[in-house]
Amino acid sequence: MSNSEATDTLIQVQDLIKIYWFGEVEVHALRDVSLSIQRGDFVAIMGPSGSGKSTFMNILGFLDQPTHGQYLLEGINGERLSRDDLAEIRNRKIGFVFQGFNLLARTSALENVELPLIYARTSAHQRKENARRALVEVGLEGREHHHPSQLSGGEQQRVAIARALVNEPSILLADEPTGNLDSKTSEEIMAIFQRLNRDLGITIIMITHEPDIASVAKRNILFKDGTVVSDRNSAL
Amino acid sequence: MTTLLASFRIALRALMVNKMRSALTMLGIIIGVSAVIAMIAVGSGAKQRIEEQIASMGSNLLMIESGSTTSGGSHMGAGTAATLTVGDAKAIEKEVPGVKYVAPSIRGVAQVVYGNQNWSTGITGTSPEMIEIRGWSLSSGRPFTEQELDGAAKVCVLGKTVVDDLFGGIDPVGQIVRIKKIPFTVVGVLTPKGQTTWGQDQDDIIFVPLTTAQKQLFGQTFPGMVRNIAVQAWGPDDVKQVETQLKELLRQRHRIQPNQDNDFSVRNLTELMSSREESANVMSLLLGAIASISLIVGGIGIMNIMLVSVTERTREIGIRIAVGAKSRDILLQFLIESLVLSLMGGILGIGIGILGTVVLSSFTQWPTLFSIQAILLAFLFSGSVGVFFGFYPARKASLLNPIEALRYE
Repeated sequence: MSNSEATDTLIQVQDLIKIYWFGEVEVHALRDVSLSIQRGDFVAIMGPSGSGKSTFMNILGFLDQPTHGQYLLEGINGERLSRDDLAEIRNRKIGFVFQGFNLLARTSALENVELPLIYARTSAHQRKENARRALVEVGLEGREHHHPSQLSGGEQQRVAIARALVNEPSILLADEPTGNLDSKTSEEIMAIFQRLNRDLGITIIMITHEPDIASVAKRNILFKDGTVVSDRNSAL
Repeated sequence: MTTLLASFRIALRALMVNKMRSALTMLGIIIGVSAVIAMIAVGSGAKQRIEEQIASMGSNLLMIESGSTTSGGSHMGAGTAATLTVGDAKAIEKEVPGVKYVAPSIRGVAQVVYGNQNWSTGITGTSPEMIEIRGWSLSSGRPFTEQELDGAAKVCVLGKTVVDDLFGGIDPVGQIVRIKKIPFTVVGVLTPKGQTTWGQDQDDIIFVPLTTAQKQLFGQTFPGMVRNIAVQAWGPDDVKQVETQLKELLRQRHRIQPNQDNDFSVRNLTELMSSREESANVMSLLLGAIASISLIVGGIGIMNIMLVSVTERTREIGIRIAVGAKSRDILLQFLIESLVLSLMGGILGIGIGILGTVVLSSFTQWPTLFSIQAILLAFLFSGSVGVFFGFYPARKASLLNPIEALRYE
């Protein structure tokens, strides 16, 4: 590994362990996961349900803390940070795309995209401008004032992607982004991901069940029983 | 500032989603606030009326009524026997320290005639001090003088009601009226005082010099005697001591044995009125407290609805926390929502409270009084109810776990 590559390491995970307690029962969701992800990578994480991939994503997204081990995002260790500090890191460095879109109902596409900027204390004028640009980026020009109920599933997911992009995060985390979409719409969403990764150099980490969705990514990681069982570059 | 304004807009929109629910929640606050407004208005109206009475009665005042007779073991009313004299009044003025003014008086009803108009009213024969003691002032002319009192001059001072009934529009000062067919010169007109609580017209009155009343008008009924003596002490602290000493003095002068009852009675009018004022205070406090309870019940309604709202919007909260909302942001969002609910309820409640009070007082003739302070207090109180009862649900929302909140169906 050369020095220039080492400085471009975005995510460094070392001996990550996550244990949940359900009363007396101990569940090891993650057992000793170590890996690193470079800036500009496009990673698909696969694995059966219960394999620990969602837990891994929550930790990567600073929504959850590991029981043991270390996670560094651009050198930041979230271990000792407060709830509000973590919120600020999520706000500035991470964009989330969920399976169920998770848009605010009765709120226009534009206002949904503005949401992270509100918590970043961006001025109202700047908010509008950035949100509009993000919607153009995902091909939703002219749909700014539609409410989620007036948009198709694919369009809703594109609003969610715009929301994830609007703060110019270091990393985009997508949890089964095509899980609720038909195959044609799924392809459209993946095309957007590919373009964002290739043209804008955005690092993407994506959980998926479907091998053909995973094949779009540059790197595939397979989880099973809380550990990484395979980690290879995509066939494409 | 802009974020706060935006927060209010967001809160308003969230409340508009469930219009019926928000309106019903607000109703609790509306009822509470309007009750507080109405109760304070009624309470302070009653208090103000009593204060006006005290002012119109004269301050630090003692009324000595000539005594009650005993007939077959049962006491008759005060004034049934004439026992007080002008000499008693002079002695009190000279011998009791702390006394400012003393005014003996006799009273009777007589017909008064001016031109072709006539009017029957109460005539009070007294000394010029009476006008001072009872807190009267003159709207025109002058009171009668000590010289006129000594010389039993046929002069009189008229109350507003008498003037209105006899003279219409003419200035009565300098005119001659006939009381019991005896001509009196009008020297002054009293400034009106209005009615007492029990509906008696205080302005339906004529003052004449005591001597004139004794000799010319009521001499036959009370020869040499007076009906009552009004005593004014210098200050509120002197009243008690003056009362004790003048009782002592009168018992001596009337040669009453230690085991005998007084042949006169002394009423401390200020004390009487302040005890009434006290009870009016207690009354308005009690009414206010009861009204506040309904406001608190309204607050519990807000808490209830906000808890439901937080549960319903768990997913929304999860999204907000995931994209970077801090605890404070979520807390503020829900706190502002409950604040908007309670303040809107407060404003509506103030309007309805004022309207209700105006309607109530027009039907019952109760005196009511609105004060800016009371309205401001009700507004602030409703606001603090919103913050107080909104805090727990808002805090609950701000501490949600984002992973669980996002998974919430």
